[in-house]
Amino acid sequence: MKTYALLVLIVSFSSLGNILLSMGMKQIGAINDWSTTLLGAVFVKMLSNGTIWLGISSLLLFFVSYLLVLSWADYSYVMPASASGYAIVPLLGYVLLGEIVTSLRWLGVGLICLGVVLVSGTPPNTTARD
Amino acid sequence: MRTALFVTMIVLSSTGGEITLSHVMKRIGEVKDFAPLAVLQLLGRAFRTGWMWIGITLMAIGFFSLLVLLSWEDVSFVVPATALSYVVGTMGARFVLDEQVSIVRWMGVLLVCIGVAFVWAG
Repeated sequence: MKTYALLVLIVSFSSLGNILLSMGMKQIGAINDWSTTLLGAVFVKMLSNGTIWLGISSLLLFFVSYLLVLSWADYSYVMPASASGYAIVPLLGYVLLGEIVTSLRWLGVGLICLGVVLVSGTPPNTTARD
Repeated sequence: MRTALFVTMIVLSSTGGEITLSHVMKRIGEVKDFAPLAVLQLLGRAFRTGWMWIGITLMAIGFFSLLVLLSWEDVSFVVPATALSYVVGTMGARFVLDEQVSIVRWMGVLLVCIGVAFVWAG
């Protein structure tokens, strides 16, 4: 049960973190000039952007949840199971944002879901520990 | 050639980093107390091990290699290519961490790997 709860946190925080970082970087604007002065200015803008900080906090929470679940569950269980984010993001894009999802992409979403269901059906921990 | 080198580097260093972190957390033992203070103490213990820093360094190398690769390759190529991490990571789990990877789990991993490639190529 706690494994599933942490997997939900992992998927939610990583998707949310990436979306927030992407939103924050769009607010800052595209980087077209790679001079050190301009990159420095971009860095300062990033540090003063609330959305970016929310994104970073979300990714930190993702990292902590990932470490916690790895304290008992197999890596070969957690890694594919946490891939459900790849399936959830196009689904959210379709449902909430009305984005067009190609049939190849739907096939991918289906395969990921099937893969996650298969992996989740296996026992989370297979290594005996002292 | 340069692209192949970077894809290899991303896959090996990011999975290597995660395998190392998994090793550290298994040595620390199953977390049973999720109170914020207990979690902070546990993280403190993890960060005092050398392996933790090796793992984080490997993950950072993987992340920066990804950023560098994205400067000349499209994300719709990079993500499917790095989906190979699922296969490499599972092999690492089997042979480095000694996890028992059943046929069902292998099938799940392969489906996820192909699925991720399709989602990004689609």
